[in-house]
Amino acid sequence: MNLFRLFSRSQSAPAARERLQVLLAHERASAGDSDLVIKLRDEILRAISKHMQIDSEKVGVKLERGIQVSTLVVDVEIPFDAARKAA
Amino acid sequence: MGKVIVVTSGKGGVGKTTSTAALGAALAQNGEKVVVVDFDVGLRNLDLVMGAERRVVYDLVNVIQGEAKLTQALIRDKRVETLYLLPASQTRDKDNLTPEGVEKVIAALKSAFDWVICDSPAGIERGATLAMRHADVAIVVTNPEVSSVRDSDRIIGLLDSKTLKAENGEQMEKHLLLTRYDSSRAERGDMLKVDDVLEILSIPLLGIIPESMDVLRASNVGAPVTLADGRSAPAMAYFDAARRLKGESLPVTIPGERRGLFGKIFGRKAA
Repeated sequence: MNLFRLFSRSQSAPAARERLQVLLAHERASAGDSDLVIKLRDEILRAISKHMQIDSEKVGVKLERGIQVSTLVVDVEIPFDAARKAA
Repeated sequence: MGKVIVVTSGKGGVGKTTSTAALGAALAQNGEKVVVVDFDVGLRNLDLVMGAERRVVYDLVNVIQGEAKLTQALIRDKRVETLYLLPASQTRDKDNLTPEGVEKVIAALKSAFDWVICDSPAGIERGATLAMRHADVAIVVTNPEVSSVRDSDRIIGLLDSKTLKAENGEQMEKHLLLTRYDSSRAERGDMLKVDDVLEILSIPLLGIIPESMDVLRASNVGAPVTLADGRSAPAMAYFDAARRLKGESLPVTIPGERRGLFGKIFGRKAA
């Protein structure tokens, strides 16, 4: 039985190699994305806060990658009287 | 001015400290003036692997805090005249490592030694980024194992973004040191091969250290493996890696591989 297993067992290194290649391709791409989202968030925040007071905690920026279309969702919550104050 | 090298990896336990000690000793055995610096504050171990654990009086944190002079903290190796150790602190808070303090110490060491080899803590936290910040050259230590390769990829990313060299728009020189390699398992297809790891990480190869009892035996007695048994397979591999660091171009042989059968593939290009 043991001898049989020795001969029939498939190699594990090719699986390791393939899993790593897929994983790292994904991780390298997403690492770049999160940087981009942070930069976008900062710049959008700066632009908006020139004109009205906003709470930096209440700004959401999300980038969703689709196959054909990617969407950038910017969600800014404006306090009740912020616009009036700035104006 | 000396060269500053950081020995790093994402994952722990892959052989950073062993490699720091072995490469440092190998360079010093060839007459170069070397200091090995332990950046693993809180979990120091380089002193133990170097066999100097009972000679530590002052450490890196003492020097950075201004409580001791650099010359007081440096420990000279008893076996090799040109080899020195700057130990890490075990008891202190690791936040005592300040970027300014580290910069000062590295600058001072750089002017006094040919090689400053920094043993980085594992992970991607402050300690690791401080250790790599001032490096001229990085040695990424990796085991032929999925988790180690993945974490090395992460570290390579950090080397290309969080170091002074990267911030100045320069390319950080990076080398791969593959440790615990078992060529018979690789041949059987049960361990990632050298070429697999090189293809995935795509940085040049500095050396392949074979899996060997000699590494454990050396650390048991507190000697870098190149000093404990200079004729052993891992010691020879470290000696070769040290020569490549100095710019020599040696072909990298895969330790333990059957030469007759696989002799053709030996002409691998070195780092």
